[in-house]
Amino acid sequence: MIRLEQVSKVYKTSTRPALENVSVQVDKGEFVFLIGPSGSGKSTFLRLLLREEVPSKGRVYVANFDLTRMARRRVPRLRQSIGCVFQDFRLLANKTVAENVAFALEVIGKPRHTIKKVVPEVLELVGLEGKAERMPHELSGGEQQRVAIARAFVNRPLMLLADEPTGNLDPDTSQDIMLLLERINRTGTTVLMATHDHSIVDSMRRRVVELDLGRVVRDDARGVYGVGR
Amino acid sequence: MRASFVFSEVVTGLRRNITMTIAMIITTAISLLLLGGGLLVVRMIDNTKELYQDKVEVNIYLTNDVSASDKDCKADPCRGLRSQLESDPAVERVEFENRDQAYERFKRIFEAQPELVKLARPEALPSSFNVRLKDPDRPEVIIQTYKGKAGVDSIGDQSQFLDRFFSALNGVRNATFFIAGVMAVAALLLISNTVQLSAFTRRTEVGIMRLVGATRWYTQLPFLLEAVVTGIIGALVAIAMLVGAKLAFLDDVLAQPIKSGVVKSVEAGDLAFVSPILLLIAIGVSAFTGYVTLRLYVRT
Repeated sequence: MIRLEQVSKVYKTSTRPALENVSVQVDKGEFVFLIGPSGSGKSTFLRLLLREEVPSKGRVYVANFDLTRMARRRVPRLRQSIGCVFQDFRLLANKTVAENVAFALEVIGKPRHTIKKVVPEVLELVGLEGKAERMPHELSGGEQQRVAIARAFVNRPLMLLADEPTGNLDPDTSQDIMLLLERINRTGTTVLMATHDHSIVDSMRRRVVELDLGRVVRDDARGVYGVGR
Repeated sequence: MRASFVFSEVVTGLRRNITMTIAMIITTAISLLLLGGGLLVVRMIDNTKELYQDKVEVNIYLTNDVSASDKDCKADPCRGLRSQLESDPAVERVEFENRDQAYERFKRIFEAQPELVKLARPEALPSSFNVRLKDPDRPEVIIQTYKGKAGVDSIGDQSQFLDRFFSALNGVRNATFFIAGVMAVAALLLISNTVQLSAFTRRTEVGIMRLVGATRWYTQLPFLLEAVVTGIIGALVAIAMLVGAKLAFLDDVLAQPIKSGVVKSVEAGDLAFVSPILLLIAIGVSAFTGYVTLRLYVRT
């Protein structure tokens, strides 16, 4: 599903590489935590998978796409097979919950009848049935993140990238979001989640890839966040 | 789906930047108005030239003694000149006008100023040949051949006056084109600026669109159409102003010269000719500017 082969990324404005000789493979259906302190290269890692950046060295493969050789006009196809969730939710404030989710389908040209059918389905999946007509500011943080997850998942992507999805949420709400991500993972969707949250990583006991200063320093199949951190 | 989505994006975008949109429409309209005015002057020059084309004559004025003694052009040098002119391949038609006929014509022309007619004497007016040329643009052929011949006093070339008249019109045309050009630069910068502003105010939407895999056309078409729509509105405003200008004062101001056949009026047909040009230019320029701006300033 994801394969990085000896990937390095150097930004023009920085002397130190953001990623250095990183090789990681993630299979279909896996649930992987990507951990590490700020500046360790987590964001660069995710941006490479979305082809927001291209590696300075090495190869990146996502869902049978060779991202290092990919033509620009093919990038939308790649992104349609990846769902994204962020710490700050990134909802459109002037659209309702249902409209926010529908937006993701509208802009890739899905027919109206499909949208009418799948939006209520995915809202039910994330537990927001009955809140379709709310505006984002009328929702709690946890509910807003559910909308974002619904939007990321509504097109049934092969893979879900989550960049600190619980970073703005209290522990209980975070736990609910993790249950939702697990449920999505059980549908066969690969989930890659970058996080700082010790307790979540420790309680889930999933695969952990740790980055530090742009290098992979740990890759445990059933890991914890780490002792003494 | 696609069309209605893009259309609603365009409408929200234009309403959100309403002040910029209005500024854009006004500058576009004024620059197109001037361009249209310039094009109308060009049309007017062409039409007026046509009007004069078959009227322009070269007048060969005869000397005073010939004018006095030979009323019917029966004797040399008048008779010789006439037959030479009639057989000249560059000449289409020759008319002889003697002193009395010239005086009659003078009286007719200055009917309105009797004191001028009173002052004039037939003896002050020369007989003349009014020569119509096959090629009205080449009066110098006749001037060279007949200047200084016996009996010829001077040769008047009407096209010289016309040249002066047309060069004044050309000046008006060039001035409007120049100002139109300067305004067009302002309009271009405004279009570019508005597209950037529009893209900036909607960066969240655009960011999400890129993230969920919308194609570049899908993310950028609304901005491009915004530019084109304002361009079209600007062109329509310019056309309306041209029509208004014709009806409100152009017809009145030029009424006198038009009636006396000095210039051709601006017809509805001229406006119909200029309007689609303005519209096409507006669409082309705004689409091009929008496209270049998106290419240069907006991340895809």
